[in-house]
Amino acid sequence: MKVEQISVFIENKSGRLAEVSGVLGEANVNIRALSLADTSDFGILRLIVDDSEKALGVLRERHFTVNKTEVIGVEVPDSPGGLSSILKILDKNQINVEYMYAFVERCGTNAVIIFRFDNVDQAIRVLLKNGVNILDGEKITTL
Amino acid sequence: MPDRRLIWNAEAECLPREQIERLQLERLRQTLQLVSDNVPCYQNKFKECGFKPGDLKSLDDIRHLPFTSKEDLRLNYPYGMFAVPMSDVVRIHSSSGTTGKPTVVGYTKQDIRTWTELVARFMTAAGVTREDIVHIAFGYGLFTGAFGLHYGSEAIGASVIPISGGNTDKQIMIMQDYRSSALVCTPSYGLTIADRLEKKGIDPASLALRVGLFGAEPWSEQMRNELETRLGIIATDNYGLSEIMGPGVAGDCLLKCGMHLAEDHFVFEIIDPDTGKVLPKGSKGELVITSLTKQAFPMIRYRTRDITRIHYEPCACRRTLARMDKTSGRTDDMLIIKGVNVFPTQIEEVLLQVEGCEPHYQLIVDRVNNADQLEVQVEVNEHIFFDEMKRQRQFVTEVEKRLATMLGVSAKVKLVEPSSILRHEGKASRVVDKRHQ
Repeated sequence: MKVEQISVFIENKSGRLAEVSGVLGEANVNIRALSLADTSDFGILRLIVDDSEKALGVLRERHFTVNKTEVIGVEVPDSPGGLSSILKILDKNQINVEYMYAFVERCGTNAVIIFRFDNVDQAIRVLLKNGVNILDGEKITTL
Repeated sequence: MPDRRLIWNAEAECLPREQIERLQLERLRQTLQLVSDNVPCYQNKFKECGFKPGDLKSLDDIRHLPFTSKEDLRLNYPYGMFAVPMSDVVRIHSSSGTTGKPTVVGYTKQDIRTWTELVARFMTAAGVTREDIVHIAFGYGLFTGAFGLHYGSEAIGASVIPISGGNTDKQIMIMQDYRSSALVCTPSYGLTIADRLEKKGIDPASLALRVGLFGAEPWSEQMRNELETRLGIIATDNYGLSEIMGPGVAGDCLLKCGMHLAEDHFVFEIIDPDTGKVLPKGSKGELVITSLTKQAFPMIRYRTRDITRIHYEPCACRRTLARMDKTSGRTDDMLIIKGVNVFPTQIEEVLLQVEGCEPHYQLIVDRVNNADQLEVQVEVNEHIFFDEMKRQRQFVTEVEKRLATMLGVSAKVKLVEPSSILRHEGKASRVVDKRHQ
């Protein structure tokens, strides 16, 4: 159910983002989705890759500060109001979304959104109960 | 017109050199007796080096006495260095120490009178008279600056406005309405006021300001020119430190050729900071001060860590007291930020208290819009790195809050990538001070 996401600390200086993607490329790790949250001083890069363990290893080797987090990939109807319907379910059940970002590939006719929840297990229960499809971790990285 | 060339205590300030030295020797003997009778720290120090107060034959013999350092004050925190019972102490002041604990100093009634006298001297030397309205924009509190200048002004008979620090707009309104003529603050705050006046379109010439008495932080001749041009005043420097007394240890006369030292109340030496050897007259080195008349908190050969030079040639103002240059640096890593003493070790202590934080840090000090700014760069690691921006920022805010509590001055925390801070032995490399570059 859950997807492993890696996050990387990046100082706001030129070339750092290129370096991260370079390190991953060299190691033959494919980036499937990403989002960057930044302040004027630093950024937090979150990545879904096809091989998290390998990615963590090579980034650590190159002295990047990295972490691993569990997120989920949710299928969202790719039509007006699609995302809204999911968010309404979460809101009604008082589940707080820490952040979210879109996945590059579609799953059939649906879009895929990556969600980070404070309480991921509870979120999964609520979404499943409401008939929302959550993508398998394995499946996501090979979409 | 009041005479701006007055000397507050001509008898003391114009004493011939032989008489100054005779007085110093006599008072030094009394002080040594006082501390060896009452202060265990000095009893031990003297015993260790086999010194007895009677051994002092000439002023030069002072070089055989042990030094007192900030570490001694820390070890004897809070009252261990006091030479009189607390019932004789009428005032406590303090300044920050090298680690969490501050330095505590005390004054007897007589000490306060001496302090008042010495501040009145340098204020008079800067041309302040009873006609002046003295605007004191130092913070009133444990810090010695505001009270020292306050007493000196009142002794002179000037009118004191104890406005304290902060709220620049209000400061300016009061300057305009109350006709402040003498400004007392840190030199950097003086420039903040100049900036604000400019921004508000107020011509400094429309104010009554004519002299500034700046202290509590080191400043350059270039800054003096800027203060004089932009505020249309005479900018004078004064020197002091709470361990010795506070302001009043030395101050400029209107010739601005070095700050006259209160040699009848202190002995000043210049030493080589590495060997501790006394350097020949006129050399540049670390200033060491011995108090001669203090009762509650006498200090024997206190290492100020300030680098300066002393000039003994007579001054055209008639004062015979020697003059010290503006301080040109420190022998330790103490920083003065907005007039507050900051030691890198204090920052290290805060970081070590934060879970997961490693003490890999660097301090960047800069002056932005004439205000000192302290940035603490902390290397991130996996324990203090979060994928959520909210938690990451909470962490930064929490460290900033703890630093502000410890230091008494605000600091910005900036997270940097691991290993981006150069590793060196010794602490000096932890500090990048861009203010004097």
